[in-house]
Amino acid sequence: MLNNFKKSKPQQFSFLILIFLFLYFIVPEDENSLLWRLPPLLKDIPAFINYLLDNLMFNWLTIPVYDPDWGMYEDQAIVRLITRSISDFLLFLIIFIREFFLGGMQTISSLTGDSLKGLKLAYLPAIPWTAVIMGLFILGYKLQGLSLALIASLGFFYVSVFGQWEPTMETLSLVLVTAPICFILGLFFGILGYLSKKVETTLQPILNVAQTMPHFSYLVPIIVFFGVGDHAGAVATIIFATPPMIRLTILGLRKISPEIVESGLMSGCNRFQLLFRVLIPTARRDILIGVNQVIMQCLAMTTIAAFIGAKGLGFNLKVALNGLKIGKAAEIGICVVIIAVVLDKLSLAWANKQKDYFANLSFFQRNKAFVYFLFLTLILGIIAYFSASYFEEGINFLYLIPFGKGLTIAPLLDAGVDWIWETFFYYLNIFNKFLITYVLFVMRDAYLGMPVVSTFFLIMGAGYIIGGIRSCLIVGGLILFIALSEYWNRALITAYMATFAVGISAINGIIVGSLCARNEISTKIILSICDFFQTFPSFIYLIPVILLFGITDTSVMIAAIAYASVPATRYTVEGLRSVPPSLHDAGSMSGVSNLQRWISIEFPLALPHIMLGLNQTVIFALMMIVLGALIGTEDLGQIIMGSLSRPGGAGIGFTLGIFVSFICLAVDNLIRTWTDERKKLLGIS
Amino acid sequence: MSDNNQPSVIKCESVFKIFGNNAKRLLENSSGNVDAKTFQDAGCIVGVNNASFDVKKGEMLVVMGLSGSGKSTLLRCISRLTEATSGKIFIDGDDLLTMNNKELIELRRNKMGMVFQNFALLPHKTVLENIAFPLQIKGTNTNESIAKAMEMVELVGLKGRENYFPRELSGGQQQRVGIARSLAVEPDIWFLDEPFSALDPLIRKEMQDEFLRLQGVLKKTIMFVTHDFDEALRLADRIAIMKDGIIEQLDTPDNIVLNPATEYVKKFTEDVPREKVLKIESIMDPIDSNASSNIEISKDAIIETLAESILNSKEILKVVDANKNNEIVGSLDPAKVIKVLFGK
Ligand SMILES: Nc1ncnc2c1ncn2[C@@H]1O[C@H](COP(=O)(O)OP(=O)(O)OP(=O)(O)O)[C@@H](O)[C@H]1O
Ligand SMILES: [Mg+2]
Repeated sequence: MLNNFKKSKPQQFSFLILIFLFLYFIVPEDENSLLWRLPPLLKDIPAFINYLLDNLMFNWLTIPVYDPDWGMYEDQAIVRLITRSISDFLLFLIIFIREFFLGGMQTISSLTGDSLKGLKLAYLPAIPWTAVIMGLFILGYKLQGLSLALIASLGFFYVSVFGQWEPTMETLSLVLVTAPICFILGLFFGILGYLSKKVETTLQPILNVAQTMPHFSYLVPIIVFFGVGDHAGAVATIIFATPPMIRLTILGLRKISPEIVESGLMSGCNRFQLLFRVLIPTARRDILIGVNQVIMQCLAMTTIAAFIGAKGLGFNLKVALNGLKIGKAAEIGICVVIIAVVLDKLSLAWANKQKDYFANLSFFQRNKAFVYFLFLTLILGIIAYFSASYFEEGINFLYLIPFGKGLTIAPLLDAGVDWIWETFFYYLNIFNKFLITYVLFVMRDAYLGMPVVSTFFLIMGAGYIIGGIRSCLIVGGLILFIALSEYWNRALITAYMATFAVGISAINGIIVGSLCARNEISTKIILSICDFFQTFPSFIYLIPVILLFGITDTSVMIAAIAYASVPATRYTVEGLRSVPPSLHDAGSMSGVSNLQRWISIEFPLALPHIMLGLNQTVIFALMMIVLGALIGTEDLGQIIMGSLSRPGGAGIGFTLGIFVSFICLAVDNLIRTWTDERKKLLGIS
Repeated sequence: MSDNNQPSVIKCESVFKIFGNNAKRLLENSSGNVDAKTFQDAGCIVGVNNASFDVKKGEMLVVMGLSGSGKSTLLRCISRLTEATSGKIFIDGDDLLTMNNKELIELRRNKMGMVFQNFALLPHKTVLENIAFPLQIKGTNTNESIAKAMEMVELVGLKGRENYFPRELSGGQQQRVGIARSLAVEPDIWFLDEPFSALDPLIRKEMQDEFLRLQGVLKKTIMFVTHDFDEALRLADRIAIMKDGIIEQLDTPDNIVLNPATEYVKKFTEDVPREKVLKIESIMDPIDSNASSNIEISKDAIIETLAESILNSKEILKVVDANKNNEIVGSLDPAKVIKVLFGK
């Protein structure tokens, strides 16, 4: 009996849940009881972080610096000097690239001082938008062919014609500055991690936290270090987008067969030659997939960086959403999606492009595309120069279509929204009310009524059953950190929203995934749909839901479900498709029905992979829920958002970000331990 | 062919390679008597166990054994891709294991070439660039290295494909590139780790012929790893048979078949057709004045190659020594050949 219990995990879990429920109902609600809530022993952490930041920026390690305005020496903290010079450097790069696309005189005047201000000569002309589109066409053609050339150029053509050229170029200039920096940093740390196990084990937890922390939570500390503006946005973007590059670099380098390394060594390579002439070129594809990730993350982050003063589409989107201008927001959203798709396709094409060998080509042949580009730019520039007098109102449409001066479909979209509201308002509202009153609030109260002992018993018990004492302690430790803060109730609300969103997403994903995995064609279709939905920034998901449900918890939930269903679906499809066909046949031979086969063979075999998808689902859902604070929820996200505009918000924002990250890491630990075990058991590791 | 007067190019003295964290300490405590089982219990895996042998100039030593017997590990120790745990290895009399990194790189750039089982070509380089790679690493100027690489392309019969990428070549062609690359710096010592195992049997035969042709011209000192006995017999001057890291026997092919040193070697060679291994010398009788046939056969010929002509002759044949002006050294009764071919 006891032996049986020791082996049977289902029995253990039932027992666990029984005790959990018992504790849940037996412990009375009492603010002074340790069983009900733990005391906020760690409530000073945010203040401590603020104290650290403050001293770092102003008091510690000061050196005297000559201040030309005051004509005397002043003590300044080294950290502050460093961050300020990084800021200046980034800002210079961003403005330089921005003025390349949009024109301006800040680049030149920043080099020459104020003396040239107002001088017409110092004005850097923009490259005409028509030339940029030609450039995209040529690039797309060179990387893949006509279809990509058309997608890229038409996409940006749309953006320009609809008057979003300026914010788009502002966003793009941020991406173009941050992506290469992320690439270099990522490659550098990736190589270090590959070369030294020690570096890798140090990097791993940092990467985990950096990737699971909600975007918002490091915005505030960044404000403290770097101030507000495009450069701060760039820093946030770099922090967020570098980790996947590091990961993929390490992964790509590790994947190289040892034989290749040995062949390099036997060719007499020294370390340097081995790295740069053998390893990196061999891992080229994985590294470039990393670049693709970097670009997508940069784009996602630059929209969010609007909250700390980065200009561009994100900023306009924020303004439109704040003013509830749904049509306008949707219009910008479409542009973001288009840019995301174009950048994604271009960088993937670059990654997948195999090097061609052309012996003894002349300079012109080698750089044909670039020469064409220069030539066309010249022509288009001349056209733009002469067309200036042709247009009225001083707007030269062949040079640059100013913001808001293009076509617009916003009124159309608004009308559509109105129509939807008028037609469906009644039903939507009923659904909305029903969901909120009978599901969401009930669930929320249930979570808030959970005594802390029972929570810990459930979480650590699950950890113990799945991964033994080690998992139990890791998970317990991560959660304890939150329980000892002031924000336990908020965290419970976040947890309830996440549970709900993850539950529905998982069901969605598994059903849709299972249906689509049944044949080749639908598999392909669903995977490309997943690709498509994964390319654009999470921010965008909020637009249509606000359109339908207004500013409510329902909107956030639905956005989170839509966003988090993507990985659930993808991993289900992948998991089911990787079940060996021989097993299908074995099933068919023994005469089982499709459903039986799915239940008894395919699903159990695919489950480990599906669980990994669930892991992603949890992270995605949490990200969206925290983001949802943007349109008003009362979980951790709301305080993180609030901290953006509060003095001393840095400590709170950062701490809460860590909390969210810890929730992710706890789930991650449980799921990973389980899948590893399971895979070993099934012999598919 | 092996010749005892040649200097030894590779010399191993009690080489051990043991994988594991405290391998070195365990080995010191065991005073040279390594038992795989006890080491395994201590968390170590024995890769090479007390290997001592030498390879003469121009000789081809084939290392044989089942999967996991330590063949690759032995080869890696001698090319110092892994560090031997203890023992001494001499290359042309120089102590390999005390060389610093720079000397090692010099050695590899000038004296060693290696061919890998899965080709290990650089995917981003063309055939020509792959072959020129070791030269460029060495710092040879581009024109010279391209010219040399072109020469190699012709040598391995890939002319016309020098601008292909590895992904555009068949397995056999890729291995030709691997061979050409390993020969580009004109090394004295040539390591081949199961170079033909990833190829299908027909191509393998063709590549073996090609390899023999190359060796006939180049006369390198070779260590060749395989687990295919037929291949070993076709190529080897001497064969080393390994089991669990131990070299069970290192001898000429016919000696291995005729006088297996251990039970394991005996089992290993049991199914080998005798006629493929044995030379006439090993079954000939003393000089017989009755030998009536006019046919003279060389004592160094492998039986299989002459079987047909021997069996066609009903009479006793003369055996001669080709190295000593065809002096008659013995006689051969065809009945004996029949016994080798069909009897057990
Ligand atoms: N890096 C390593 N770490 C630990 N053990 C190793 C390592 N490399 C090889 N071994 C072990 O050493 C033993 C010998 O391996 P080796 O690769 O030399 O075998 P092999 O004879 O070449 O086999 P195969 O024919 O499969 O190539 C094996 O038991 C293997 O598991
Ligand atoms: Mg091997």
